[in-house]
Amino acid sequence: MADSGGRAPTPYIPNTDDDRARMLARIGLPDMAALFQDLPAALRDPAIELPQRLAEMELLRLLESRAALNRTGADRPCFLGAGAYRRGVPTITAALTSQSEFVTAYTPYQPEISQGTLQSAFEYQSVVCELTGLDVSNTGLYDAASATAEACLLAARVSKRSAVAVLEPLHPHTVDVVRAYGYGAGIRVDTIKAAEAVGDAHAALVVQQPDHLGGIGDLEPIAAAAHAAGALCIVVAEPLSLGLLRAPGDAGADIVTGEGRDLAGPMGFGGPSLGLFAARQAFLRQVPGRIVGRTQELHGRRHADGSEGAPRTGYVLTLQAREQFIRRERATSNFSTGQSLLALAFTITLQALGPQGLRDLAELCYQKAHDAAARIEALPGYRVMERGPWFQEFLVRGPMPAADLHRSLAERGITGGLDVSARPEPEARDALLFCVTEATPREHIDGLVEALGTIGASR
Amino acid sequence: MEIPDTLFYTSNHEWIRIEGDEGTIGITDYAQDQLGDIVYVELPEPGSTIVRGESFGVIESVKAVSDLFAPVSGEISERNAAAAEAPEIVNQSPYDAGWLIKVRLADSGEVGDLLDAAAYRSETAGE
Amino acid sequence: MIEPPGEDFGARLAFDRGAPGRRAVDMPRWEGRETPLPEARLLRESVRLPEMSQGALARYYTALARRNFGIDTGSYPLGSCSMKYNPKVNDLVASLPGFADAHPLAPEDAAGTLRILLELQGALGAITGLAAVSLAPAAGAQGELAGVLMIKRALEQRGDLGERRRVLVPDSAHGTNPATAAMAGFSVTQIPTGRDGSMDAAALAGELDGSVAALMLTLPNTLGLWEQGIEECAQRVHEAGAYLYGDGANLNAILGRIRYGDLGFDVVHLNLHKTFSTPHGGGGPGAGPVCATEGLAPYLPTPVVEEAGDGQLRLTRPAQSIGRLQQFHGSIGVLIRAYAYIRSLGIEGLRAVSENADLNANYLRALLRDHYDLPYDRPVLHEVVFSGSRQRRESDVHTYDIAKRLIDHGVHPPTVYFPLIVEEALMIEPTETEAREDLERYAAALVAIAQEAVQDPETVRGAPHTAPIGRLDEARAARKPVLRWQPAESGGPD
Repeated sequence: MADSGGRAPTPYIPNTDDDRARMLARIGLPDMAALFQDLPAALRDPAIELPQRLAEMELLRLLESRAALNRTGADRPCFLGAGAYRRGVPTITAALTSQSEFVTAYTPYQPEISQGTLQSAFEYQSVVCELTGLDVSNTGLYDAASATAEACLLAARVSKRSAVAVLEPLHPHTVDVVRAYGYGAGIRVDTIKAAEAVGDAHAALVVQQPDHLGGIGDLEPIAAAAHAAGALCIVVAEPLSLGLLRAPGDAGADIVTGEGRDLAGPMGFGGPSLGLFAARQAFLRQVPGRIVGRTQELHGRRHADGSEGAPRTGYVLTLQAREQFIRRERATSNFSTGQSLLALAFTITLQALGPQGLRDLAELCYQKAHDAAARIEALPGYRVMERGPWFQEFLVRGPMPAADLHRSLAERGITGGLDVSARPEPEARDALLFCVTEATPREHIDGLVEALGTIGASR
Repeated sequence: MEIPDTLFYTSNHEWIRIEGDEGTIGITDYAQDQLGDIVYVELPEPGSTIVRGESFGVIESVKAVSDLFAPVSGEISERNAAAAEAPEIVNQSPYDAGWLIKVRLADSGEVGDLLDAAAYRSETAGE
Repeated sequence: MIEPPGEDFGARLAFDRGAPGRRAVDMPRWEGRETPLPEARLLRESVRLPEMSQGALARYYTALARRNFGIDTGSYPLGSCSMKYNPKVNDLVASLPGFADAHPLAPEDAAGTLRILLELQGALGAITGLAAVSLAPAAGAQGELAGVLMIKRALEQRGDLGERRRVLVPDSAHGTNPATAAMAGFSVTQIPTGRDGSMDAAALAGELDGSVAALMLTLPNTLGLWEQGIEECAQRVHEAGAYLYGDGANLNAILGRIRYGDLGFDVVHLNLHKTFSTPHGGGGPGAGPVCATEGLAPYLPTPVVEEAGDGQLRLTRPAQSIGRLQQFHGSIGVLIRAYAYIRSLGIEGLRAVSENADLNANYLRALLRDHYDLPYDRPVLHEVVFSGSRQRRESDVHTYDIAKRLIDHGVHPPTVYFPLIVEEALMIEPTETEAREDLERYAAALVAIAQEAVQDPETVRGAPHTAPIGRLDEARAARKPVLRWQPAESGGPD
């Protein structure tokens, strides 16, 4: 070791030279190198170039300087959405989630000392069922897109069909993920422009709500079209919008997926994420991932007088015969480590908001976004494209090509909406997809309107 | 471990009771003991057919899952709704209340290929 | 746990607490122009959720936290999980506002994040000896899927995917390996383990033919043992035209000591929450980067970070990429933590990790070998697998009981009943962050339980006696699943 004087090698490794000597003697090994005696000698201890190690103070400075290279937050107005949204997450969420008994535990294999993780996962499943209007939820998958892919695999298993239909406009990355999973499982992915194009070759019809261009659709006829073709209806829903919009399960959805990350904490460049996954009861045994169930003690606690008390309520991982560690190659998924801590944070946010807070937050988002859109629409040279009702994202066509408008805004220190001008939908032509949420600062919106006005006037 | 003399067996630990051209099928006492607490039984609909040696259903315990293999070929006449509803009866009474399906035999000659109680007893003794 | 005696804490969820009208947070009032909401049939009534004050919510989730056991609570030697101490500074730096507020579709605003990702790719490539890295997979199992899909795509390009439909997996493997192979559309053939705890070389030779796509191998294996003859094995796999897939879950054992690439692996996934000490979070989030040879690099999942000639960093899609596995770019917050960990240890610190992890496992092996059966009696690397078969045979005390009794000693039980090839398995991975005296305490607890199994087996079979709750009825949970809150007949929040 580089360290001398018998010190422990790092702050995280307690063994000193003295400890090591005593342990080696007990094991019966001559030296530390003997620990690796089975490894091929010719390949052992290769030269590996890594930067010099840093003490904590140095590490902090390095990482702070890296973080400063990012242009984010109050100094950088950003009007991107498209799957990642700045949200008004209550501060209590991070405060409670960061308790080290939650943070430093692992998958609750020993329920007697994991009731914190297990009971809060049951709270999570309950919240997701309430939000989606469906019967059963797992404890969460990686993200909305992979959860949607898993939903497609489920649909293919139960229908024994080998194609799925994806209703545009749906986030192109989500389509990409469904294709990648579909490549593994031998499932073809057809993108369709109208729900009626779903056919009897399709295991499922996938629809995004609100859709990729921000629009709120009526899910009922879409689900009906899927069911008429013998396909499942999979809805990829944005969870805050579910505080306002009809529950997809009530409109006929069989599986609902969604992205929980932004109600759990900050966007963090898009990950780690949280894939909501809820389904109808009929598909329970096909659901991927972990599921927590309520049960009770085998025996009540014994009192001092020898009598036994009533068994108490507890929670366990259940229906595990679906999972890879039991069913191996016939499991419903290879899913193992998931997103527990984000699921906990998501649950605390929703429960802190409560029914009224969730509704207020969703309406605030809606009102603020619509107000911003109206202000932009009022600017000469700008149009907000009409596509029916929408929630927090809207298409803006400006006085110049979308890419030029985006660049002009960037030159003024503003990250504009997503350039969707290459998409096939006529409303998306020459348009940027702007997003305003409840957490978008008022000054940012003022700055955007002013910048757009200036850009328009300079034409 | 109980192994009734009146039944026939498979190496996969299913038993069958033959009465005329009808057979009643379940899993053995040994199988239920190996599985532990049985929590779920998935059985085919009456009217469907099963093929000797092929999987006709699934039985799950808390910690394990196992295919059910057909000892004979035939058409299912009945399935045990009680076992599907309360799978613990397969643990409690594997040869009686915990039966799984009844079949009309397609070929009674297949019975000759099954193990009798003595042969099954010597197979499980080795495990 | 501060809890009124006799209270059935688990019976009352947040949903059952609080009262209508209470709330934990206020939302700003909207005072601008009112836009009418969409038509009513597109809307819902309110969502059923708890109504709790902020203080009550804090108490409820603090009570839940206290009913949990984490690595900060005590020894937690779950085999195959590398439950090591998680440095707090890594959590702090990952949540710096500059990182936290970055939008995934604005990489041009995230140069600092991209720089870290690029350097992490480089570090993981150097550590594994593999040329190309994608950080995109969300967790180990998704990294596995990425790796096997890459092999599938490579075989397809080569024109022999039609013949190569089988993936070989040792019987000691994690369940994710066969499950992953199946998800990628392959059938699975199991290879038995030989007497010495390594894969049976003759059985492998018998299976290796033109129908094999890949061998998936965990190194070191789940018995905590080095695979004897791994280089010859890699050579035979390649001669048969197949790929060698590495499950890097156990990298902690050999960190800085030997490299997968040098041994002949074609693609390997890592579990950053294990080896690189990002918190396990009660079951995630993790991160499962894939590292591959030059030959498989074109198939890596999207995105990878590249530095252009002008020094600009970009997220790119490799030429023949299997595509995306998540909507965005990976578990960034986890990746930043792993980067900070590597920077704070440097190569000498990483070598100290594997060295002390292996020392600790061998020390436990030495302290316990007289008390529990050791089915594979060889020096181990990072973990040691005992068998409770003696206790089962002599006292009808099962590994399950021994695990539950450990809870009464204030420590977390090891992984049990895995790997499947060991009867009554107790799989102990102490990691390098446990001190000598922690290991001695853990061993003393296991020795005491072995003695108790003989003298007072009933006490072992009834354990735990001191946990917040006793043994739970898992059969009941599975037979009649109750998977969500339902309002009581009366008095529910609605």
